Amino acid sequence: MSPLGMTMDQVIVNLVIPAVKIAVVLGVISGAVAYLTLMERKILGFMQLRLAPRRVGPSGLLQPIADGIKLLLKEDVMPQGADRALFLLAPVLAIIPAFASLAVLPFASAPFEVFGYTITPFITDVNIGVLYILSISSLGIYGIILGGWASNSKYSLLGSLRSAAQMISYEVPLGLAIIGVLMLAGTASMVGIVEAQRDAGMWFFVPQIVGLFCFFVSAVAETNRLPFDLPEAEAELVAGYQTEYAGMKFAFFMLAEYTSMIIVASVATTLWLGGWMRPFPGVEQLAFLDWLNFIHPALSGVFWFTMKVLFVLYVYIWLRGTFPRYRYDQLMRIGWKWLLPLSLLNVLATGIWLVLR
Amino acid sequence: MFRTEMMEINMGPQHPSTHGVLRLELTLDGETVVDVRPVIGYLHRGVEKLSEHKIYVMIPPLCDRLDYVASGSQNLGYIQAVEMLAGIEVPERARYVRTILAELNRISSHLVWLGTHALDIGAMTVFFYCFREREMILDMFESFCGARLTTNMFRIGGLLDDLPPGWIAACRHFIDLFPSRIKEYEGLLSTNRIWLERTKGVGYISAEDAISWGVTGPMLRASGVAYDIRKTEPYAAYDRMEFDVPTHKDGDTYARYVVRLEELRQSTRIIRQAIDGIPAGEIRAPKLKTRMKAPVGEVYHEIEGPRGVQGFYLVSDGGEKPYRCHFRAPSFVNLAAIGDMSRGGLVADIVAIIGTIDIVLGDCDR
Repeated sequence: MSPLGMTMDQVIVNLVIPAVKIAVVLGVISGAVAYLTLMERKILGFMQLRLAPRRVGPSGLLQPIADGIKLLLKEDVMPQGADRALFLLAPVLAIIPAFASLAVLPFASAPFEVFGYTITPFITDVNIGVLYILSISSLGIYGIILGGWASNSKYSLLGSLRSAAQMISYEVPLGLAIIGVLMLAGTASMVGIVEAQRDAGMWFFVPQIVGLFCFFVSAVAETNRLPFDLPEAEAELVAGYQTEYAGMKFAFFMLAEYTSMIIVASVATTLWLGGWMRPFPGVEQLAFLDWLNFIHPALSGVFWFTMKVLFVLYVYIWLRGTFPRYRYDQLMRIGWKWLLPLSLLNVLATGIWLVLR
Repeated sequence: MFRTEMMEINMGPQHPSTHGVLRLELTLDGETVVDVRPVIGYLHRGVEKLSEHKIYVMIPPLCDRLDYVASGSQNLGYIQAVEMLAGIEVPERARYVRTILAELNRISSHLVWLGTHALDIGAMTVFFYCFREREMILDMFESFCGARLTTNMFRIGGLLDDLPPGWIAACRHFIDLFPSRIKEYEGLLSTNRIWLERTKGVGYISAEDAISWGVTGPMLRASGVAYDIRKTEPYAAYDRMEFDVPTHKDGDTYARYVVRLEELRQSTRIIRQAIDGIPAGEIRAPKLKTRMKAPVGEVYHEIEGPRGVQGFYLVSDGGEKPYRCHFRAPSFVNLAAIGDMSRGGLVADIVAIIGTIDIVLGDCDR
């Protein structure tokens, strides 16, 4: 008997395996975030006719590590008159929800066996997975508001106020855009939604293209990326809520932002783009696309999931390379006057279709 | 009860989008701009006073450093003023070369404007596209005179040297290529909804206001006044060139964008004609001393720079050095209108308006 009154077996199943899974996912995603910055710089460099970083390591592959070391070694600056406790707390508050959302992302479905224990290739699957992500990621705004407030800087304050207004406005169409998918799938479990797409024989972006559009636009606004990057619009507000932050505290905000990007891309992949499934899962002739199956089906799932996430992230970066930035009032107008009615109409149309079917 | 108060914000002198060391004192009501007060002088180097202690040929390098983005125009204006003062005739070939270089300079200056303006509004890629073409122009400057930014291209009485071999061919290649590149910028901006929403109706200035503020250049033309020194008082070889003066009736940021893009095309047109019609012959007036003296008198000469009318006022007491120098800086005059243009707008409009005024602080502060 172990101290908690569980058998050794229960300890492993309930504590060790989840802990290892969490460690693996956090580690992989943190690394992925670092390399997402490199990917962004490389793609932008390609679009903008310039050379992206290429000095550190072969073709710049060690650049994220150099950046990380640089940020770690930076002096920790505390602005005069800042609220010390909140100033320290804000980056942490920004990053916790971002990482917590990773818990329900289904990277693949096929379980594998290690030492007789069955392990699923995702941290957990709860029946309210989508709602969990929505609610947890909404908390990220606290980090930004408190960071802007605690900095005792007008630029930071303006940036965080913009951010608050923006993220709260776009939460509404974001949630409504997802409802269409939930109605078709009949479940809010992330794994269940992918399985529903398999059973339906098509990815949900076909019937729910309007929902995907609304979701993606709102999500770009939620994650403060161009053309909706007003909270940190460097031309106007220097760096918005991050202005006074340096070193690792700044890195935490960046980490939170890029992790949110990955989460948005993962949610779009899961809900609309068929999750871990290869293209046309019903067509036998394309089975060779699952070539990683010869090792394990879970690997194949992770491969296709990653591919789709990378595609969505590419679109993100592509937008940044193409668009100017919206103005504050225009942003609000789009959110409330276009996206909200559009996503409501989408819910209505989906409902009518479900009734008439 | 609740109490509201205005927010005072200092934008600059170190700020990403003040294009140098401009400082704006903003009074904000939330995001709405109540008042803007530009504070200048951070780049004041006393060039006018300095010029009184230098002989005439030593001043052009100082002029280059006024408006360093359009150093060729500054140079040309000063040198033509000295030539008028001293009554020097410039050979025809030199006039043509001056026209070509001044127009290339206008293109490169407008490219800096377009790139930074778009960057301020958030369109990052346009900036790099513009600098790709600017690089070609700077390379041409370098092969002509050895410098890229502060060029000191012209000499009193003409040019130091003739165009190097192959220069005309390089220039022709550039103007053949350039119209397609303008289409690329337009492809990224002109039909972009966000760009239109950010620029249309922003920073409006009426023709009357523009005239009473003394605003000149593309800003005046975008308010519907077809005033261009190259047409009204032609200098260099502009009287032989055929070109249009683009105007727009709207007077907003978008109108200025349209006018400047059209000016890029017209500049290309002028350069093409100048290259085709360039005569052979001397490039410098004969018999000029280094320590030249100008007869007693005064002269005021204006040229159409990329930002507007650049004026050069020289007073001579008959000596080797000018008795008094004054430079009319278009950036300084145009910047004065920023208050009227931005009141009632949003913070984001301020950066668009700074971009559209196209200031160079070296020019503004002198």
